[in-house]
Order: sequence, then structure tokens, then C-alpha cells
Amino acid sequence: MDLIFEKSRADRCGYQLPELDVPSRNPDDFIPADYLRRDAPDLPEISEIDAVRHFTSLSKRNFGVESGTYPLGSCTMKYNPKINEDVARIESFENLHPLQPEMTVQGALELMYIMELLLCEITGMDNVCLHPAAGAHGELLGLMLIKGWHNQKKDYERNTILVPDSAHGTNLASAAMLGYRVVEVKSNDRGLVDMNDFTEKANEHIAGFMLTNPNTLGMFEENIIQISEQTHRLGGLLYYDGANLNGIMGIVRPGDMGFDIVHLNLHKTFSTPHGSGGPGSGPIGVKANLAPYLPIPIIIKTDAGYSFDYDRPLSVGQIRSFYGNFSVIIKAYSYIISMGAKGLRSVCENAVLNANYLMNMLKKNFFVPYDRTCKHEFVISAIKQKMKGVSALDIAKRMLDFGLHPPTMYFPLIVKEAMMFEPTETESKENLDKLAEVMADINKEVCENPDIVRNAPHTTVVGRLDDVRAARFPKLRYLKDERILPV
Amino acid sequence: MFRFIPNTDDDKKKMLKAIGKSSIDELFFDIPEEIKTKSDMKIPGPLSEIDIKRHFHDLGNRNMIFRICFRGAGAYRRYIPSIVNHVISRSEFYTSYTPYQAEVSQGILQVIFEYQTMMCELTGMEVSNASLYDGATAGAEAVFMAVDLTGKNRVLLCRTLNPQTRSVIKTYSNFSTARNIRIEEIPYRNGRTDLDVLENKMNEEVACVLVQYPNFFGILEEVIEIEKIVHKHGSFLIVSADPISLGLLRSPGELGADIVIGEGQSLGTPLSFGGPYLGFITTKEKYVRRLPGRIVGETVDRDGNRGFILTLQAREQHIRRGNSASNICSNHQLNAVAATVYLTVMGKRGISEVAEQCLQKAHYAFEEILKVAGMKPGFSAPFFNEFVIKSDIDPDKINEFLLKNDILGGYDLSRDFTELDKHLLYCVTELNTRREIEMLTEALGALK
Amino acid sequence: MDVPKDRKYSSDHEWVKANGNNAYVGITDFAQSSLGDIVFVELPEPGKSYAAGNAIGTLESVKAVSDVFTPISGKVLDINKELLNDPGLINRLPYESWIVLVEIENPQDLNVLLSSRDYEQLLQKER
Repeated sequence: MDLIFEKSRADRCGYQLPELDVPSRNPDDFIPADYLRRDAPDLPEISEIDAVRHFTSLSKRNFGVESGTYPLGSCTMKYNPKINEDVARIESFENLHPLQPEMTVQGALELMYIMELLLCEITGMDNVCLHPAAGAHGELLGLMLIKGWHNQKKDYERNTILVPDSAHGTNLASAAMLGYRVVEVKSNDRGLVDMNDFTEKANEHIAGFMLTNPNTLGMFEENIIQISEQTHRLGGLLYYDGANLNGIMGIVRPGDMGFDIVHLNLHKTFSTPHGSGGPGSGPIGVKANLAPYLPIPIIIKTDAGYSFDYDRPLSVGQIRSFYGNFSVIIKAYSYIISMGAKGLRSVCENAVLNANYLMNMLKKNFFVPYDRTCKHEFVISAIKQKMKGVSALDIAKRMLDFGLHPPTMYFPLIVKEAMMFEPTETESKENLDKLAEVMADINKEVCENPDIVRNAPHTTVVGRLDDVRAARFPKLRYLKDERILPV
Repeated sequence: MFRFIPNTDDDKKKMLKAIGKSSIDELFFDIPEEIKTKSDMKIPGPLSEIDIKRHFHDLGNRNMIFRICFRGAGAYRRYIPSIVNHVISRSEFYTSYTPYQAEVSQGILQVIFEYQTMMCELTGMEVSNASLYDGATAGAEAVFMAVDLTGKNRVLLCRTLNPQTRSVIKTYSNFSTARNIRIEEIPYRNGRTDLDVLENKMNEEVACVLVQYPNFFGILEEVIEIEKIVHKHGSFLIVSADPISLGLLRSPGELGADIVIGEGQSLGTPLSFGGPYLGFITTKEKYVRRLPGRIVGETVDRDGNRGFILTLQAREQHIRRGNSASNICSNHQLNAVAATVYLTVMGKRGISEVAEQCLQKAHYAFEEILKVAGMKPGFSAPFFNEFVIKSDIDPDKINEFLLKNDILGGYDLSRDFTELDKHLLYCVTELNTRREIEMLTEALGALK
Repeated sequence: MDVPKDRKYSSDHEWVKANGNNAYVGITDFAQSSLGDIVFVELPEPGKSYAAGNAIGTLESVKAVSDVFTPISGKVLDINKELLNDPGLINRLPYESWIVLVEIENPQDLNVLLSSRDYEQLLQKER
């Protein structure tokens, strides 16, 4: 399919502005000639219909949650309700300038204030900050709070952050960014934090322990109370990566497990759309003792109404412009009140039931390293298939031919040929049965006709792409005179 | 029954039977009883769509949308072509995940490739990433890039850089202890960076200088002069650019920038009370391996068909883990799609025309405002579409009066610059009509 | 691929081939195979000295980035610039594609390295 630049034709036009209604002067009356562009930027010239066709065709070459089953582990690809989209686009939200006088944005401030309370209730935390733009951003802020907390107590020897060896890469990247040494705690043969290894590695130098619960294997950390007590006894803080909240929501709250800081992914648990990679929103919740460190501004409620408070001497500062991903926050808020307390609990119960049901079916043909009740997600290994010469990647590509999106691949790193499935609660039983059937069929192909799997996908718009070439000879933009790639 | 959860009681029964459990509670036996939630969370709902819409309209009605807007200061009321919202509302785009499975994500991958190309064209640079959160965090990422690439740790920020960008850079730098960044600000004179002070502060330990173009006051910084000073000492020139202005102004790449960043909200994203917006970052090809975030590259499949794929991922958090250039994972992809659609339909002529209209209307408004008694120019340097007006009247009084006329007036600069008491920053875009400008000046004239 | 007998090995899968007072350093076939197709090589600056066990560069593949450690202490005398244009050389010819040439600071460093037979045994365990 052609690029938009290849469809561009001189003098075609896709827009119209009103005529200029003020006297027109020479631009160089206002701007020194040295700063005026000589040539217009080489952007497309295209009629509106061709633009619409272009993007429509492209959208058809893309697979979203509404295209089919999307069991990506740790991503919680649940249905994105349409009502959320509608309310986020209400004019009196969409066209609100962030620097308007506070008395003209009382609705927006109240919305965010209530959302903070809702998330406090769901997480069992005392204060919530809606600023972070994504989960990784929330993690970064969480670590800043940990650092701020220890620095304030002049506890400068705390240079280590513990993470389980099954941790998500952002945990390590965020900690490293703040200058922490990251120490990985081994998982035991049940896929949980090995308490002996934890005890050995936890000392007075730890600033904190970053955990997901359920963990990235979909297992609930049974020793969480002990982990919390030990971490706190050593003066460390406990951080909750909320990516997997869908596995416990309404059943147990991170705040009640002993966590000091929590980040949430509104684009996972709270149904806001992933947008092909964002925008998401990663609010964090804290226990009251950490509230003074939260970024500015804070929203406060007085008799006069809602307003922004910038007078926070212990605040870590500002981590983004303005106040949060407001339109994303609206969508999540809408979801929360769509479901209510019973609904959110039901979300979790069904997510967990669906995952266990699916795992039970896949067990027939695939090795399940931790074969016991999981929460909302689980990991299988394609190790048996690998021994027949077909890798997990091959299987994933073959799933595409059956109209399914593959699971999360090769993560967590502690499982070989890992495939992490998270069906979510919005997938029906028939879809789960169908998914299991497809996996069984592919396994049959591995035994009888492995090449069809190794060379998959066959029915997609392009076949398997050469990622080595893309990295060795990076071609990261279109250039007019380089249309043909050297082979 | 909940409308987003398909499982009926019958489904659940069958599924529980298949896995050998008698109740759903059994699935949570591994959670210690003492921490389990005992009662329902105190949350409203479940509400029907009807009640939800009512609730949000009630909240929305407590907001005021000004009919006429003359405020910018980092967030802009812009013309957004109708096509933009329709494209980003296509569920294949907005409900999909990051395109790790390239064969079924050619749609978004190609859009990102087109986006990267367009941002390079606008900024005059060689490579772009797929987006960052906003202009302020893009500033922080650019500073880290420069510090890592030069091995130096002094960072000079022009005070005319958006205050929020400066604030975010400072927060990020404070916490990135390994980099040991020392930030200093360069003051301004007549609304522009003081080149003498900049020259004096430069030395071989400076990793980068960040300048905004046009700057926070709307004024054209002397980037040509700044470039000479910065490169003389082997430092990086980072320019924070307004993308609409680049329809008219010479690109930062042409002026010698090493990294260009900025806020892309003006390209198809509505004001949205501050977020989500669009951070962009472009640079030279030789620095691509330190560019944070996602990047899409072109390649071929086995049959030689052109395709697109996320590439150079080894830089990213999910592979390098502790050693990545940045921790960024999700970005603001859909906002980048909006920008791509915007730049497609506006095209080379549209972006120039928008910029031209902003320039003309802003200068017209500037001259008309100055005709009002008591209004004086804040600075005398060339500007693009934002300008500073000072007077004897308290800015709150001015804006309260304008509010009664349904006008959102200029931004009170004393909020960020205590020395700029009674200085207001006005913004004029392609959406402001001559009649609106007249109403503004009439209202200003009516003030006592 | 057979493990060449004319050189020493580290437990990090680097090889060291002495050449008078200097030594060539590279990575083994096992290492290149684990990394996958190498797409980019980051080499140190000639003239800089490194202690044994320190990272002197990185090898980037599509799926991983790996540090290259120098098994011996010394000053980097030369780097294999061919690898900048064709990083895949390391995959195709791991034992011919040297990465750096190092001046041997302590001849004893070579003694603690593994012989080709010791390295073969190490590989058996890894498999």
C-alpha cells in the first residue's frame, strides 16, 4: 500500500480556511528574512476523499479489540465501552483550556477530585495523584516519592530497589533512571518470590521493593503480608505495580496488603482504549505519609469550591505539563460508575474464571510451568513444540492466520518459550473455546505439518517481516528519491 | 448481569465444572483471609448510559467554555479538521495495542512512519520517534540525550522557555542522580535570551542549551546567533519549537539544532483541559540510538513486499531493562495519529496558510490593542502569534471584565515571572476573527 | 562449530588470542548464537585502558543488547572497524571477527582464563 506521500499530487487540496479578514502585510515586516522559510515543508497535497480512503484502508490493516480476541497477557485488552468515548467528547470538557480561571472549571476540578476518591476506595490508599501519563510514568513518580521520602529523613544510604526476576522491564528502567541499583529477587519453584532469597537480599540499604500482585505469572504472592512486614521493618517502602489489578479488584486491595505506593493503568484495568500505544494514564495512590511529596498542583476542596494548590514545599516537583490525561480520566471514571462496586468485583471474578478455564484447556497440548489456580492471566511454554522445531514465535504468527491476536510473547524472562494469556472478563465462553480449539489445531500442525507454522503468517497483508534488516539498515522516514529498497 | 461481561450463570457453572471447582470463591483461596475486602467498596453504580451521560453533563455544565479565546501559553485553541476525529475513532486504531505483531498492525505502523516523516519535514531533522507524552517531558528526554551523548553535565535553560517545561526538566534532572545534572537559567533582555550572559556562561562542560522558538512570550529568539555560541563550545543546541509556526519559520534543523522537541497539541488535539497532548522529538540520524521511545522502520517480508515494523527496540525498556535510554513504554500514539491526519489534510499549503493567518491576525490585534489608552507593548522584539501587553490595570480586573464579555483574555505572566507584574500574554490563532479582535479592543477600551 | 584450540576463553563466552604483547578479543560461537543477528556494534575508544571484567562495548541484536567484557586488563590499541559496517560478521565468523586488540597489562590474566577444553566442558553444562 502506498504511503501518503506517494499519493500526493501538486495543487491538490484537502482543507479550506476562511479568507484572511485582517489587512495582509508582508511577512518580512514582522519576521526577519533570515527566519522565514524559503520552501514550504514537504507535506502531502491531497484531497479529503483520498485522505479518508488512505486512513480507512490503513485501519483495515490493523487489528484492535473490536477485530477479535486479543488475549495479551499483562495488557488487559478488555472491551472499551463506547459510552466512555461519548462522555469524554462532551464539548464542555473537550474545549476547556487548562489555564482558565478556576471558577470557570469547577466541573473539571470536581470530576478529578471525585476520581481521586474513587481510586482511593478501589486501591485502599489515602491519596491519589492523576498526573502520570502512563504506567511507566506512574512508576517513575512512585520511585521519586520513595527517594524523596528517604532523603527527607536524611536516609541517604538507601541505594537499592528490589524487584522480582519476573518483573516488567519498566520497573528496572525507572529505578535505574533514578540512580538506584536494581537487585532481582529469585522466584521459587511455585513462581512466587523466594522468601529465602528475599530475606538474604533485603537489608537496610533497600529503598523499596517493587511488586506486582498477582505477579507476571498470574500468581498471587501468598507471602505478601510477610513481605510487607519485612520490608517495612527494614525501613523500606513497598511499591505496587498495578498492571495486574484486574486479577484482584474488589477481592483484596493493595492498600490492605501493605503497599505504600500504588500505580494504576487506566488503559488496562479501567477499560480506556490503548490507542495503538497510548495515550494511557497511570495515576498513583499513596498512604498519607507520602502525600506531601506528591507533584504539584494538588486539587483541594474548600467552602469556596475546588482549586489548585501549588504551595507544597516537600513536593517532588512537576512531572508533566498541566494536570493529567484528562480525557482518559473521564473514560475511566465513566467505566467505574458503569460497573459500581459489585460490577468491578464481577469483572475480577470473571477475568479469573476465564483465565483458569482457558488454561485448563491449553494444558492438554502445552506445558504449563505453574500448574495451579491462576488469577487473571497465566503463562504457558511452547517448549514441547520447540523440541519439534517450532518456536513460540512461530505459533504466535500462525494464530494470526486464524483471526486471533497472539498472547504476550517471551515474557516473563524466567519461562522459556513463554506465552502469556490474559483473556479478560469481556471474552465469552465460546470465544475461549474457539481460542483453545485454534491452539489445539496449531499443535496438530506442529506434529504433522510444521512448515506451515514455521512460515506463518500466510493470510496477512504482509508475511513475516525482516526485523534484522530494519535494525541493521534503519530507514525511519520516507525520502522521495529513495523509493526502492536495495535488496 | 453486566453488559460488558458475557458470562451467564450457566456459562459460569459449566466453566467451573470443567476446571473442577465448585465456586468462584475457590479461585481466591490463596489470598489470606485477613486482608480480603469484607464489604462492597463505596462506589456509585452500576449506572445506565442514561444516568452516566446525565452525570457528566451536570459536571460539564459547571465549566465555562469561552466563546472567544485569546489565551495560549502552551495550550492552543486551533482549527481541527472534521476528518481527524473520524479517523481516530476508527476502532481498529483506537482499540489496538502497541504494534508488536507487525503483520496485523501495518495500519498503525505505516501511520507512524508517515508521522515520523512529517515531523522531520517540519523540524528539518533526519529522524523522529513515534511520540512522547508532551512538550515538557520531551524537554527532559532531550536533556538526558544530550547529557548522555556529550558526557557533560551542565545544562543551560533559557528563561524564556515555557515555565512548565523548565519545571519538568528540573524535576527529572534532580532525580536522575547518576547524571549529576547542574541546571542554570539564562535571563532575558527585551523578551529574548541575553546573548552576552549566554556567552559568559558557556564552557566546555555544557552539555546543552535549550531555547524555545518562538519563545514563551511569543518572541523570535536569535537562534542563528545562539547556534554559533553553543557549537563553539561543543554543546548540543536543543530547540523547543511550535509546530504551527514552522509552517512559516525556518526550521530549527536548518538553523543548526541537534535535537528538536516541542508540544504537538496544536496538530489536531483539542484543549482537553491539559491532556493528553503530544510530545515530539526529532534529531540527527547519528544520534538515533539514544532517541527515547518507539521508532518505526521500513523493511520487507520474505516476498519483498514493503512493510513497517517497530525497530531499534533494543534501546527500549523491555529489552535493555536497566540500561535503556529511557523508561518510556506507552506513549501518546493516538495523538500522533491525529497529528498525522491533520498534517495530511492541511498539507504543505495548509500549514503555511494557518501560520500566515496567525501571524497576520496576531499583528493586527497587537496594533489595535496598542491603540487602547494605557496599553503598551511588553517587549519590542519580533513575535509570531503571541505577544505581551503591559498596562497599569490589574490583570485579574482585566480578565474578569473580559469574562463578562465571554472572552478568555491574556495569560497573567506574573504567575511565572514575578518581575512581569501587570503583563499579559495574548495569543491569536487562525480561529480568531477580526470581529473578535474588535470586541476585545472594545472591551479593553471600556475598562476604567 | 568447533572451539579453536589456539586461544583462551572466559566464562562470559569471550575468546582471547595472544599475539606477542597484545591480544585479540572476540566472542564465541555460542555467544553469537544466543544473541541472534547482530545489528549494531558499539566499540571503545582506542587509547583507553580497561581492567579485566569491565565492559568495553556493546553488541546489539534485534532482541537483546549485550555488554562485551574484556577478560584481560590493558589498553585498547585497535578496534575492528569492519564490524561497524557489517556487524553480521560476528555471527558468520565469530572466531575470525576480533572486536578489540588489547595491550596485555598483566600476562597472569591469561593464566586464569579457560583452555579450549575447559570451555568445551562449560558449554556442555550450559546445554
